[in-house]
Amino acid sequence: MRRLLLAIPTLLVISFIIFAILDLAPNDPTGNLPMTVPPEVREKIRVSLGLDQPMHVRFGMWLIQFFVNEPLNILHEAFGISIGDATERTRILSWATRSPVIDLIIQRTPQTLWVVGLSYLFGILIAIPIGIVSAYKQYSWFDQVGTFISMVGFSVPTFFTGMVAIIIFSVQLKWFPMIYDTTLSVDSWQNFVTQVKQMIMPVSVLALYNASQLSRFMRASILDNLNLDYVRTARAKGRSERVVLLIHVLRNSLIPVVTLIALGIPTIFSGAIITEQIFRVNGLGQLLIIAIEGADIPLVQTLTFLFAILIVLFNLIADVVYGILDPRIRYD
Amino acid sequence: MKNIFTLFITFTLVVSLVSFVHAKRGSDGQLNLLYWQAPSTMNPNLSGGTKELEASSVVIEPLARYDEKGNMLPWLAEEIPTVENGGVSKDLTSITWKIKKGIKWSDGTKFTADDVVFTYEYCTHPDTGCSHTNYYTGISSVKALDPHTVKIEFNVAKPFPYSAFVGYNTPIIQKAQFDGCQGAKAQECTKQNFYPIGTGPFKVVDFKPNDVIVFEANPNYRDPNKPAFSKMVFKGGGDATSAARAVLETGEMDYAWNLQVEPEILTKMEQAGKGTVVSAFGTAVERLMVNFSNPDSALGENRSEYMGGNNTRNAHPFLSDYNVRRALSLAIERQILVDAGYGQAGKISCNVLPAPAIYASTANDECKTQNVAEANRLLDAAGWKKGSDGIRQKNGVRISILYQTSTNSVRQATQAFIKEMWKQIGVETELRNISASVFFGSDPGSPDTYQKFYSDIEMYTNTFSGTDPEAYMAGWTCSEMPQKSNKWAGNNMPRWCNPAYDALSVKMSKTAALKDRIKLAKSMNDMLMQDYAMIPLIHRGDVSAHSNTISGVRMNSWDSELWNIADWTRK
Amino acid sequence: MTDIAKFEELSQEAVSKHRSLWGDVWIQFRKHKGALTGVFVFSFITLAVFIGPYIHDIDPSAINFKKRNLGPTLSHPLGTDNIGHDTLAQMLAGGQVSLAVGFLAMMIALILGTMIGILAGFIKSLDGPLMRLTDLFLALPILPLLLVIILLFRDTLRTLYGPEAGIFMLIVFVIGITSWMHTARIVRSDVLGIKEREFVTAAYSIGTRKSRIIFRHILPNILSPIMVSATLGIANAIITESALSFLGLGFPPDFPTWGRLLYDGANFIQITPSRVIWPGLFIALTVLSVNYIGDGLRDALDPRLRGR
Repeated sequence: MRRLLLAIPTLLVISFIIFAILDLAPNDPTGNLPMTVPPEVREKIRVSLGLDQPMHVRFGMWLIQFFVNEPLNILHEAFGISIGDATERTRILSWATRSPVIDLIIQRTPQTLWVVGLSYLFGILIAIPIGIVSAYKQYSWFDQVGTFISMVGFSVPTFFTGMVAIIIFSVQLKWFPMIYDTTLSVDSWQNFVTQVKQMIMPVSVLALYNASQLSRFMRASILDNLNLDYVRTARAKGRSERVVLLIHVLRNSLIPVVTLIALGIPTIFSGAIITEQIFRVNGLGQLLIIAIEGADIPLVQTLTFLFAILIVLFNLIADVVYGILDPRIRYD
Repeated sequence: MKNIFTLFITFTLVVSLVSFVHAKRGSDGQLNLLYWQAPSTMNPNLSGGTKELEASSVVIEPLARYDEKGNMLPWLAEEIPTVENGGVSKDLTSITWKIKKGIKWSDGTKFTADDVVFTYEYCTHPDTGCSHTNYYTGISSVKALDPHTVKIEFNVAKPFPYSAFVGYNTPIIQKAQFDGCQGAKAQECTKQNFYPIGTGPFKVVDFKPNDVIVFEANPNYRDPNKPAFSKMVFKGGGDATSAARAVLETGEMDYAWNLQVEPEILTKMEQAGKGTVVSAFGTAVERLMVNFSNPDSALGENRSEYMGGNNTRNAHPFLSDYNVRRALSLAIERQILVDAGYGQAGKISCNVLPAPAIYASTANDECKTQNVAEANRLLDAAGWKKGSDGIRQKNGVRISILYQTSTNSVRQATQAFIKEMWKQIGVETELRNISASVFFGSDPGSPDTYQKFYSDIEMYTNTFSGTDPEAYMAGWTCSEMPQKSNKWAGNNMPRWCNPAYDALSVKMSKTAALKDRIKLAKSMNDMLMQDYAMIPLIHRGDVSAHSNTISGVRMNSWDSELWNIADWTRK
Repeated sequence: MTDIAKFEELSQEAVSKHRSLWGDVWIQFRKHKGALTGVFVFSFITLAVFIGPYIHDIDPSAINFKKRNLGPTLSHPLGTDNIGHDTLAQMLAGGQVSLAVGFLAMMIALILGTMIGILAGFIKSLDGPLMRLTDLFLALPILPLLLVIILLFRDTLRTLYGPEAGIFMLIVFVIGITSWMHTARIVRSDVLGIKEREFVTAAYSIGTRKSRIIFRHILPNILSPIMVSATLGIANAIITESALSFLGLGFPPDFPTWGRLLYDGANFIQITPSRVIWPGLFIALTVLSVNYIGDGLRDALDPRLRGR
């Protein structure tokens, strides 16, 4: 609990540093306008976005909007509880779209959770068994093949695997669409099939990437534990290999994997920038990259800060899980 | 007899109507467009980006448009007002537009002159932050004389009065919908900005910013048989190459916009036989800007600052020499740049004003052929001798150029070629690429903007909208020089200052006859070119691709590419 | 005299004993087939990129407009790109930079991550602050941060060390400073478990110094995750470098690196596939060989395995 409370000032500091970086960064919200828009018009646009205010005023505004106005607004919209006058409250508005940032984020979350979330889940599901078998049968052909695939999977970036997948499966074989349709609502069997079809490529490309990283750490961790005294003790006691491996070794080997998963879950919400771009999934990752390119500070600030909250939260959760996996680890 | 005659007339009329109308509204199903830069809003007044202008052009429309040849067409207006037909006053201080009768908004209400007046008031309100106020400069009032007549009055005589409500930059929005959204409130009218009511062939049914827009045929569109498509999906995201692939190779999409991709890639994709690459030329010219002031970082605050006179007090160490500038231009073989980077979307250009054709000068054609020998001769004669490292120098100044541009694979290829070409005349080049949002952003705190120009040469494309070059050519007058005192806001990147040029610019703003305006514009162009204030490279076209199943696409560089989407059909 | 001789004898003995420890490691390492192959492949790649340019002596920046998009020929064994660069020459020149960036940036990230991880795991009072610092670095928006870094340092470094050396330092620093966090978190989690193990508490109870505990007892036991991090770190650094050059933070655009070649070549995959196959293959081979070397090293350094 004390650690949770300590997280709040940390987050405030993080939010300020993020804001300062965004403010210092040399990109400009009018940078992507065509050349035909003259400089004085650009200046007026900047003023209309509130960029003429000093930095601390804008940061203060954002803090109030994020911590007071937006939660109150969610209360109002979701439960009909209104505190104060809802119409008077200013919401965090994105500069590029002139619409509330929170609405944009809500709109983008489903496709990101589906594609990035599922790929992460599959990544974990593939990586853990592969890691276990690779370590237990170290230097067997299975381990060698697994090592090779995971190294290639990690060192070849997703922009490349994604493009190759499109050329093979969309252009040549015509099995899957190369463009993800975000307007598709899964309300019939047929639409469900379409949804699965359009998810296969992005999910597998990302899952390969995630699995290759995780399986390496899993393998290393199991290898470390296999030679420890307690394993020998357990074996000596006549426990079956399966029990030794799956209960004793796995439990202790999961610590670094839990760390990685805790680091990974927040990134699900930040989306996968490259994969989303390639398949036009247009989730949170694409939202973030467009906002950064367009210097849409309120949007970048809010997205990054939500991401920061998740990072801090999941790292705290990981610490708790360590204690469960290995009761000797205590925090006092 | 008379009856038979009428019968005959009616019969031919019916026949001609029937043969004219094969397609009915909505009979061709769904149309899929792919814009790899996705629109962030449907209200072009609040964005100004080309992608938003394109998307909104199928919903909201101006009084007049440009066709693919750059001719003005009456759109919501009855005709183009001119002095001859009395639409423009003799003293050129007012223009009166007559609006077509019977035009309805997509919600069924009538389109009137009040909407036009409102559009003007909306955009010119000081707190709206409208991106297109420059189209309304010089206007003193916009009045509705009656529901079908709008009169625009100017402060001074306007020789070219067709900037407001002409072309896709200034379409008309509905007063009933946007009332209350003027000024600071404009930012908060999300619903209105995303779902504008229009008079165009389509209406918005679902808008997901930066992702996808779903349109339906407008039930109240003025032509009862158009558009041929009942639904249109306007998808965004990704990159240009894969956008081309989706039309040309997989056929998932019917139209892809802005495909600035190496020409051999497009040719290869086109071989799949699913689609066609189309291009159209407007006024865009890829050019090298020459810095006349000294960008040396040791100068601190005075880097690239103009300091009076013909830049003599802070002159560039070698680019202020006419011979060096001319040699740099002569050493470039422009055809290579076209072949490698642009293909059918580029032509050699020796002018900064290459179009409309009536304005194109032929006085500068020297640049069309590379002439390394002449370039070397010029430099030798001017005393720039090759040093031991093969780089020319004079009085301790080496011709070593820092050459910057935005990040874009075609631009980087162009840079590599030019570096190699300049090597042949003993010029050393360091290349730099800067992220487009920084380079074209005008953050006064950033050293990397194209206005600050902290390098010797920079490359980008500039253009102007519409067909009148007056404002564009005024960009190279002395007062337009970006500098500290004006926060680097200005179009005269070379910091090139010539009183004779300024005089021509003033003269042009007071000249009405087209013949004289052409002469003036040409001589201004020649002045810039012959002093090598800029080195033009390529007249750039827009490139898009459409599926072979779509007909009616008339690629347009002067207006929205979707300007005639009501006429598109599926074969 | 005798005293000195005795001392020398002793110190000789110490040295030889020390040597024999590393000798042990070497003997063990040599037995590891994968590791040997890794060393062989890695040395081959290194030699190729540093000596190769003297054999295949086409200037990587030379442009031959008439020879664009060529397939493999005798004079251009890997073909040419769309502006007429020789792909092999570019591969070799790019390899030097990519290997150097990959290796140095990985080392920075690894040392930083391991240090922070051990300190946080081992010293309770540092745990909170260091982990919040890690959270901060994880949360920072990388792209805007990079833009700020360019803004602040590029011109200074360029005037001090020239456009290429200055930017090389900047890139290595930037990649290192933004990719140590995973290592730190993983190392910390391992340290948390290990420091409660019997042998560490035993070392404590006999009064071993903390630094000695760290180097003698903790570090050898967390080597495997560090080695995995190292492998993944190289791949990450090579790819990140190419992403940086698109922001204008990287090397000048005519300066080839493997990541950049792969990225630029990707669009041409249907025209000149060799432009992407080779850089992709070489990045993968480098990472793979480093992985096996890491495996071998870990096994060789593990005293429990050494006897096996």
